[in-house]
Order: sequence, then C-alpha cells, then structure tokens
Amino acid sequence: MTSVAVVVFPGSNCEYDAARALESLGASATLVFHSAQDLSAFDGVVLPGGFAHGDYLRPGALARFSPVMSALERFAAGGGPVLGICNGFQVLTEAGLLPGALQKNRGLTFLCQPETLVVASTRSVLTRAANVGDELVIPINHFSGNYTCDDATHRELVENDQVVLRYRDNPNGSRDDIAGISNRAGNVVGLMPHPERAMSSLLGSADGLVLLRGFLGLEPAFSGR
Amino acid sequence: MNYAVRVDVTLRTGIADPAGSTIERSLPTLGFDGVHRVRAGKLFLFEVDASSPDEALLTAQKLADRLLSNPVIEDARCSLAED
Repeated sequence: MTSVAVVVFPGSNCEYDAARALESLGASATLVFHSAQDLSAFDGVVLPGGFAHGDYLRPGALARFSPVMSALERFAAGGGPVLGICNGFQVLTEAGLLPGALQKNRGLTFLCQPETLVVASTRSVLTRAANVGDELVIPINHFSGNYTCDDATHRELVENDQVVLRYRDNPNGSRDDIAGISNRAGNVVGLMPHPERAMSSLLGSADGLVLLRGFLGLEPAFSGR
Repeated sequence: MNYAVRVDVTLRTGIADPAGSTIERSLPTLGFDGVHRVRAGKLFLFEVDASSPDEALLTAQKLADRLLSNPVIEDARCSLAED
C-alpha cells in the first residue's frame, strides 16, 4: 500500500499528524475534504481525530451524513483498509460501519494521557504486524471514549475475534476494557488511542509504529521489542 | 397544519449514564436528600408541516431515530408540544 486518504471533516484536527506519521513510513498521504465522493484511487483511508462538525448532537452524528461517507462505505465493502482514530472511531460507529457506540467517559473526565494497550487480535489490518499479548503504550485524548454495546453485540465481537485492542488499566469505563475493534472482515478498524502520536521514543513512545506499519501492509519494523 | 413537536432523548435502560449518576452523587452535598434514579437526556423542539398530528409524530419519530438519537444507546420519545 502506498497511497492513503486522510479525510478532513470541518473540525478535524489530527489530519496533519496522521498524514505525517503515514509519510514517515513511506506512504503518500493525501488530505481529502469531506465533500469528496470517490475514494477508489486510494489504497487505504484514515478518519483522523478531532471534532467533526463540532461534535454537535453526538460525536460523529453529523459527520455520518457527509458526502464522503457513501464513498467510504463502498471502499470498505470492497475490502479496502479503513482506520478511524478517536473521533474517526466515533464516526465509524455512528455510520454503522462498526458496531456499538462511544459515550461519555466514566466520571465525566476528559482524559489526555498515555495508556498501555494489550493486543487482543492480529486479524485486523491495524494489528496484523503485532502479536497477541503485545503491550503498546499509546496516548488517549478524549471525552467520549467509553465503548458501549449490548450483550449480543459484545458476544459477537468476542466470538468473531473483533476486539482488537484492550486497555490494561481501563481509564474510561469501556465495556470489557475495549480500546479498539474491527468489523467482521477485519479491514475496518476503530480505536480511541492515537497511534500517530506514538511514532518516536524521543516523544514518549514509538509503539504506534507497529500499528501503522500493519495498516500500510509493511513488515514489522525492528523496534527492539 | 403546523404542529409543534418535542423529542425527549434518554439513554436506554441498562446503558450507564455518567452524567445522571454524577448529578445524583452531588445532590446530597447540596442538601437534596432522597433524590434517586437521576437520568440526563436531551430535549429537542421543532415544528412540522403535516396533515394530521399522527403524521407529524411519524415524521418526528423517523428523524429522531435517524439523527437525533443513536438507537444503539438511546431512546427517543416524540410528543406534541404544548404551547
């Protein structure tokens, strides 16, 4: 994979971080405004963090009706890799591309801190370069990251190996410590933590590398792990 | 006809309500004892052009389910608003 679209909604604010992180791994990243109607030229699509449409009503609720979302549905249905980070995860759940919902953190606290994540499945495009049980330190930065779903959905997620990442120490009340999930096919992934902000040990952690390298379909890098 | 509609959106039973429980926990410190089962939600008010109250409510419920609420975690109840 070489060419990735980073979708920019009005109110997105992590698009440059995401693009820079992907380009540091040799991909070409193109910022694509949410009015775009065709994503077929790309090998992968990232929905970055931020506050799409101001997060009015509910995070992701209005972004779901942006023109780009029908193109994204087609892209995902064709098996194309899709990654929703933080607000992008919220958009994917509101759009029905991923099950469940993200609601306000337990304790109503905005959380901005590094978290240790445990890889729960390597069947997804995000975790395919990692190993089950790997611990990754990746920052979170959210108010509505409390993953919620009903019992039937949770059972399906577990049975189909769709829980991709769990928090080691649950910071926000997420059901079953869930930090990230995939769709059944594994090509659509959403997570609340920000792998694009964990690209260099100089800046706290390089554990995002293995995730984004996986997303780009690259071999795992030697990272001293 | 033009009908005034209200839509109440609340979290579904069984879904944790962090805002409601935070409010409930803070009440005793303000001297309000004996207040239970606090739930926080959203209220929407709007007007609908329709030929009958039922049609207005049907339109309201459709848009409430599609946009105003997330059926995964929330219930939306529509009623005719009183002026």
